[in-house]
Amino acid sequence: MSGLGTGLEGASRAFERRRRLKGVVFAVLCAAATLVGVVALVVLLNDVLGDGAGRVDFDFLSSFASRFPERAGVKAALFGSIWILALTALISFPVSVAAAIYLEEYAPRNSLTRLIQLNIANLAGVPSIVYGILGLAVFVRGLGLDRSIISGALTLSLLVLPVIIIASQEAIRAVPSSIREAAYGLGATRWQVVSHQVLPMAMPGILTGTILALSRAVGETAPLIMVGAVGFIAFTPRGIGDQFTVLPLQIYNWVSRPREEFQVLAAAGIVVLLALLLTMNALAIVLRNRYQRHQ
Amino acid sequence: MATSPASATSQASEITDPNPALEARGLSVFYGEKQAVKEIDLVIPARKVVALIGPSGCGKSTLLRCFNRMNDMVSAARVTGSVTFRGTDLYDPAVDPVEVRRKIGMVFQKPNPFPKSIYDNTAFGPRVNGFQGDLDALVEDSLKRAALWEEVHDRLYDSAYALSGGQQQRLCIARTLAVKPEVVLMDEPASALDPIATQRIEELIHELKQEYTIVIVTHNMQQAARISDLTAFLYMGELVEYGPTDTIFTNPREERTEAYVTGRFG
Repeated sequence: MSGLGTGLEGASRAFERRRRLKGVVFAVLCAAATLVGVVALVVLLNDVLGDGAGRVDFDFLSSFASRFPERAGVKAALFGSIWILALTALISFPVSVAAAIYLEEYAPRNSLTRLIQLNIANLAGVPSIVYGILGLAVFVRGLGLDRSIISGALTLSLLVLPVIIIASQEAIRAVPSSIREAAYGLGATRWQVVSHQVLPMAMPGILTGTILALSRAVGETAPLIMVGAVGFIAFTPRGIGDQFTVLPLQIYNWVSRPREEFQVLAAAGIVVLLALLLTMNALAIVLRNRYQRHQ
Repeated sequence: MATSPASATSQASEITDPNPALEARGLSVFYGEKQAVKEIDLVIPARKVVALIGPSGCGKSTLLRCFNRMNDMVSAARVTGSVTFRGTDLYDPAVDPVEVRRKIGMVFQKPNPFPKSIYDNTAFGPRVNGFQGDLDALVEDSLKRAALWEEVHDRLYDSAYALSGGQQQRLCIARTLAVKPEVVLMDEPASALDPIATQRIEELIHELKQEYTIVIVTHNMQQAARISDLTAFLYMGELVEYGPTDTIFTNPREERTEAYVTGRFG
């Protein structure tokens, strides 16, 4: 097969053919596995866009929910989702980044730190409904925040906290130790090393992790039902103490109705939700590129 | 023990100086159970170039890092003994390691500029230390001292990563000088560079000793012979011999030193 031969005795042509075949089969299997994801996305988009894209217009975005499907829109849910998202980001980002900095740059490497680390990893795997119960007990009842946007945002913050902490830790760990040594060697304090060198270099990774975590949060339904998001609301929130609904909940509400027109509304709602998600992912990419260019 | 530390050190430290830049006494470093540096006494005279030589793992880099408390970064490292700088023990609990590093700068093995502009790299030290004067002038002066100004003066705001390896290392030296240290520690500063860049660094070290005390770790014995006034030979964490570079290379007292400098081991 190869005119050069191998120089090894017994390396027969049959063996050569077999190992080449194995290589090709493996590559095909991997490509097929990749295709599963791509095909699923295409089918989903095709289905949803076919059903709902025609229904998405300015009226749909600017109308409140209604018992009459031709008049119903996602305004309350869209505003609710944006409010929840913004507040969750404001709360979870600084807390997570501070925790990650502490764990990577300040905490002593002992068994207590390892225990905390293990706990954070476990928290990242806790089902979201459990956070909902926690939010109900602590924020809605315990702190008396009621069924409000702030209760929802705090609950979702707890949900995304471990994910952002872990992503931030990885980004901070990826900063070469030679950079830290150089800064310490010039008489910088720990705070100066972190704020001038480590954080700017870790920021693209931290931002990407944060936005991906928030993308998950914007699709959450269960914990928000627990803290009292309601399915039918005919006003936009004016403050963090107001009642609210979110896009996934509104979609669920419409899907569960028997009339055909509401199914179309649900598909249109999904289109809006997907658009919101894709916007966030695009933002993640833009922010990352921007920070990388600055270096 | 084969050799008692007391006899080894009394033989080894022949150099005395009434007003040394740095003086180590009974200095030991432990990494957990392992002792990397054993009871070293070493006097480093001001405005001299002192080379630390020895085979890999002999403790020369660890010893160097004792002089600006860089070992504090390694949580498992424990230092005993003393290092005196201007009459103060650097390991006194009242001494702030951050202050130490302002006075005793360090240049590392691989060039490690910050991912910022040439200007910002040079200005980082003065900025974090609250420098109030003319920063532009200080940056220019530091780059000139590091023999880099001619090559970069028209592109100070370009990324430091655009420079060659040798230029990056001279930038790292300029960055260190900008903090106005008295002592500059160099940990194999030319080992990642090509021969031409290495030669430039060596010429630079020769000029710098007019104003600074330099302690340099090197693997390259010719380099030690070319640039240093004094040479310390370390082996297995012990200071075997310390004296004028000429003596160490041509007429060493210890057999192990002779074996090493003539290339019979290491």
